[in-house]
Amino acid sequence: MYRYDQYDQAMVDARVAEFRDQAQRRIDGKLTEDQFKPLRLMNGLYLQLHAYMLRVAVPYGTLSSAQMHMLGDIADKYDRGYGHFTTRQNIQYNWIKLEDAGDILADLASVEMHAIQTSGNCIRNISSDHFAGAAADELVDPRPYAELLRQWSSFHPEFSYLPRKFKIAVIASKRDRAAMRLHDIGIEIVRNAAGEIGCAFYVGGGMGRTPMVAPLIRDFVPLDQLITYSEACLRVYNRYGRRDNKYKARIKILVHELGKDEYTRQVEEEFAHLLSQNIEPPLAELERIKTYFADPAFKADLPTQADRSNPAFAQWMDRNTHPHKVPGYISVTISLKPVGGIPGDASADQIRLMAALAKDYSFDECRVTHAQNIVLPHVEIGRLNDLWQQLDGAGLSTPNLDRIDDIIACPGLDYCSLANARSIPVAQKISERFNANGKADTIGELKLKISGCINACGHHHAGHIGILGVDKKGTENYQLLLGGSEAEDTSLGKITGPGFDEAGIVDAVEKAADVYLAQRTDGERFLDTYRRIGMEPFKEALYG
Amino acid sequence: MADAIGTGADTVQLRFRDDPQVDHPAVTVGAFLDQTNAVAVRIEPGDDARDLLAHLDRIALVEVNFPTYGDGRGFSSARVLREAGYTGELRAVGDVLVDRIDAMRRCGFDAFAPDQPLDEADVQAAFNRWPEVYQATTDGRTPIWALRHG
Repeated sequence: MYRYDQYDQAMVDARVAEFRDQAQRRIDGKLTEDQFKPLRLMNGLYLQLHAYMLRVAVPYGTLSSAQMHMLGDIADKYDRGYGHFTTRQNIQYNWIKLEDAGDILADLASVEMHAIQTSGNCIRNISSDHFAGAAADELVDPRPYAELLRQWSSFHPEFSYLPRKFKIAVIASKRDRAAMRLHDIGIEIVRNAAGEIGCAFYVGGGMGRTPMVAPLIRDFVPLDQLITYSEACLRVYNRYGRRDNKYKARIKILVHELGKDEYTRQVEEEFAHLLSQNIEPPLAELERIKTYFADPAFKADLPTQADRSNPAFAQWMDRNTHPHKVPGYISVTISLKPVGGIPGDASADQIRLMAALAKDYSFDECRVTHAQNIVLPHVEIGRLNDLWQQLDGAGLSTPNLDRIDDIIACPGLDYCSLANARSIPVAQKISERFNANGKADTIGELKLKISGCINACGHHHAGHIGILGVDKKGTENYQLLLGGSEAEDTSLGKITGPGFDEAGIVDAVEKAADVYLAQRTDGERFLDTYRRIGMEPFKEALYG
Repeated sequence: MADAIGTGADTVQLRFRDDPQVDHPAVTVGAFLDQTNAVAVRIEPGDDARDLLAHLDRIALVEVNFPTYGDGRGFSSARVLREAGYTGELRAVGDVLVDRIDAMRRCGFDAFAPDQPLDEADVQAAFNRWPEVYQATTDGRTPIWALRHG
């Protein structure tokens, strides 16, 4: 994985020094909260309902064992002994003291980490496929391209006060595991007819209150023009994105209002101009970055089968692993969704254990997934049983990947000052209900996502079943959506009808699941059945 | 000069040029395009800096207004002008915060007239903060990727 050189380290160290100075000026009363706010937001520090929250960047979700270990230590030292992994493959700490923030950033910098641009109207952490470099189905490892974009977007002088936040995802597989087309810019690394590698650009996707699936604006950008083309996309947005209404300020609104063709025309015009400006790093820089992502020393002739005599292990293996590109290896997803637990939370001890397991079993590497789980990308199949036993002993062997209890949920009204409703208790109740009645097992793949407000941090638009918490005359109310997907078959969910109270939404999810169970044909997932039979049978069951 | 709206020379706190300051007040982009003798123009966030590109040889001062610090369009306006070869004074005016002046320099600004005067020590710290830069702009600094492959 990528390692800082002296230049990267100096930039992050400079940021720590700058933030220490800013925080001290705030503590000393030289800055008002209003003056401090834009400064702390550039460093991922939010003021939430109860305390400061610090969001730490995990570029493209990849962590070394030492980095993961530090995340556990920070949870113990500065928070309440746990951390929360997020849908942007980051981690956030919910109980931070302002006095400690500078020390936390310094601790992070000691393991080549930071909180730069994890908030604010700037280019945010760049996300990617959590099986990058491991998946059997990928064209190339997408992370070198993401790292090139990370460096370009860090402290960008022109694009730090955009109309709104800006999220980029990079993938390199036809299987989309990063919700690529629901990003401001989604980049798919592709091979053209001449056999060259390049980038397809999708621009103007997003969730929030006006969800949009990004259209393709360029099917092939050569690798030696990737930064220049990105700069053109951003400049058109910075100049013409709406600033009169924060709810219409994301690039998806600009692309929608201009139309894809006109936006593309403006980008191409800007791109033609920028090509003369020599702003593109040489391909040698991309090659330098790629060397850090070279395959680890995979062994040959490893066993390709595990001992499946223990049924609990066999079930977990069937559900929580993914095919690896090298025979004898497999990628493991550690579920952070125990029955009735808080989605994405892990204790400091669990984080450190996962760090140790990454070192012992996965070439020193782990990943955060946008579904709020942890991946060990390179595990020997012959050692899978050993690994499972260690996970099982720490409450980390829940066999529920992509099942109805593998829920994405935002922090909701338990933490977030923007939320209208709680998300976590709803997730917990659904998880408990479907495990108690056994349907979690019989349903199979069903991606359920919960947001506590219209900002959609819990990706409810993209859930096979989505839940949106709203405020209805002072009480929490939950709308149900069906039919969303964030995979390569991206679609946006549709609202079933009137919302439900907290108990009612759990019943409603069960009714929807029952319609599926009654109507499914062989091999159909919930989403497939919904697409085949449409909304009406579900409405009938819910409201009939 | 009914159209004159710019900052006066005495409001400029920082200037990184050796030539004398322009003593003509800046006019709006619309007024500038209508009068052939204007040499100073002021860009508001909604203006298109490209409207000036045909006239760069007669412009000595462009003021770019930042009505609020959060409106970042002025950064693009500055780069558009510099990339087109503009060499006159480029002055950032309005809600110019000390935490942004280094980025503004990178985008091509070479004079600053903030609404609220900046603390001199903070200014020095801001310009000395970043050891290197990741991006190429027209400011001539060598980006990190070029240092790596020098």
